[in-house]
Amino acid sequence: MIQILGLASRNLVRYYRRTLLTAGLIVIGVVAVLVFTAMSGSFKDHMIGQITDSMLGHIQIHRQGYVASVESLPLNLNIKPEMANQIDDLLSETEEVVSSAPRLKFAGMFSDFKETTNIRLNGILPEREHRTVPLLADRFIEKAQDDEKPLLTEGGILIPQLLARGMNVSVGDMIVIVATNEEGSVNGRRFTVQGILEAVTGPGGRDGYLHIDDARALLRIEGNEINEIAIRIRNIGNTDNVRETLIRRLAEITGRPESTKKAALEVHTWDQLTPFSNIAAMIDLLDIFVRVLLVGIVMISVMNVMIMAVYERIREIGTIAAIGTPPARILWMFISEGFLIGLMGTLIGTAISLVIIQALNMWQVTFAFGRQVITLAPAIATSDILLIGALVLAISVVGSLQPALKAARMDPIAALRHV
Amino acid sequence: MTDILVNSEKLAKQYKIGEVVVNALGGIDFKIETGAFTAFVGPSGSGKSTLLNIIGCLDKPTTGKILVLETDVSGLNRRKAAAFRGENIGFIFQDFNLIPVLSAAENIEYPLIMVQKWPAGRRRRRVSELLEAVDLSAQADNRPDQLSGGQKQRVAVARALAAGPRMVLADEPTANLDSETAGRIISLMRSIRDSFGTTFIFSTHDKRIVDKAEQVFFMEDGLLRQEGAA
Repeated sequence: MIQILGLASRNLVRYYRRTLLTAGLIVIGVVAVLVFTAMSGSFKDHMIGQITDSMLGHIQIHRQGYVASVESLPLNLNIKPEMANQIDDLLSETEEVVSSAPRLKFAGMFSDFKETTNIRLNGILPEREHRTVPLLADRFIEKAQDDEKPLLTEGGILIPQLLARGMNVSVGDMIVIVATNEEGSVNGRRFTVQGILEAVTGPGGRDGYLHIDDARALLRIEGNEINEIAIRIRNIGNTDNVRETLIRRLAEITGRPESTKKAALEVHTWDQLTPFSNIAAMIDLLDIFVRVLLVGIVMISVMNVMIMAVYERIREIGTIAAIGTPPARILWMFISEGFLIGLMGTLIGTAISLVIIQALNMWQVTFAFGRQVITLAPAIATSDILLIGALVLAISVVGSLQPALKAARMDPIAALRHV
Repeated sequence: MTDILVNSEKLAKQYKIGEVVVNALGGIDFKIETGAFTAFVGPSGSGKSTLLNIIGCLDKPTTGKILVLETDVSGLNRRKAAAFRGENIGFIFQDFNLIPVLSAAENIEYPLIMVQKWPAGRRRRRVSELLEAVDLSAQADNRPDQLSGGQKQRVAVARALAAGPRMVLADEPTANLDSETAGRIISLMRSIRDSFGTTFIFSTHDKRIVDKAEQVFFMEDGLLRQEGAA
């Protein structure tokens, strides 16, 4: 095999211009795929990070059926205090969980004493909310709060930017929130606007925030009743496993089966809660599409160069066949040439890609979307490099197979007569 | 008793070109002895090359029988025919047909690697011996484009002999050489035959080969017209 590879490499050097051109095309393809994968991966991770770290958390727990009717923010599907405490204890014992934030979400009327509109609100414990969704603090457009105190204090409210603009409300203004509780009684309370939040895409991206004790007072709820628990875990790649663990352990607490329909509680990962998971899937699909393009480039380039190689060396093939070279060895000689072109393209392409990715990290490429600035940190996993390399090599072999078969099956007499 | 290396009985080959059937060989009988220096002589289209191709297991007869080293080569498939050639037959071509990316030594070594799989040490010794035999030790590292026509054909002779074949088939081996070089190549092949007992079978127009051949078959229209000795 070493001799076959040696002979193949000499033939590639013999037609070095054509070899370089073909390998160059493969290099461009490999660079395009690896850099695109690194960039799109970085963009996707950034966007997922924005969504999970500024509102959703990685995992959420609700009463069974809550997510299905989340648009109406029902209060009759609240988690009762005793259960909320048990869940809290369970989460604090779960090693993978970094922090959790209980929430009381409800719909209300927002009034600045002149106009009234509706608003979706989250009652939160500010410190736990900050630990669970640390980027919420980055969404402040205006803020009255002292930086040392996270998010807000009792009596304060954070409102979304669009509402503030529409109602012409500023930080420090007094407003009134009116809400209907589970029994149907209406209550109202005054709040001071402590911050204006930038709206972000996704569920909860245009919600307001107030202290959970204020929410309970407004809704006349006694005890620490909640309707949502957001959870932050150590490794976002491990959300499915943590979810499975939580489902199992919650079933032990509630004494109800683990199955989704019969369980007392439901556990969702971030991607089940936001339409961005579809965009993430589209980015993955785009990634696959770019890889398919690479397959096309490699296939056409290698096949083209190998067809030419066979055509130009018909007499040579006739000679080696005549002197007794087995057809299988002739086949391998040409496949080896295709393989070596692919290998050269892969190695050079990977090296160039790593340099480009390193350079992009050094130059800190940023994109601004409104107030949101994305600084890409492209990175490529070793598994991706190996996968792309294996793909290119496999396609190089497949691309050279047809010309190699043609060479191996060539009639020596016809080949020797070829002019 | 002399061994018969090639034995042909009513050997015929027909080609069909469109609707026209061409009788390349018309049912010929001949025998070639081991160690012979044999020439098939005749005008273009007389069937010399077709006959050499059949003896060399590159082609199959339409009818008739041909035994090479007591093997009915007409029944061999592609793979077995290739193995038989690699084991028993060396080829010398009119246009030398050396592999351009390999040096003279590597061209000679090629059948020992790609066909015979000899170990490296044995290969080196054999190549060195053959380079010396064809007087090309000084040009061992030269590529074909750095060799003259005569030197190329000497490399081709050495390559044909590399694996120690029982016979060498040479199709017009001197056609592309000047008179002096052609003479030297013929002498070289004759001396190799004398030294190693290798059978040489030629198709040729070259009178010098005919003069040196011990067995000459004159061919015309796919038939043997005359058998004789120089």
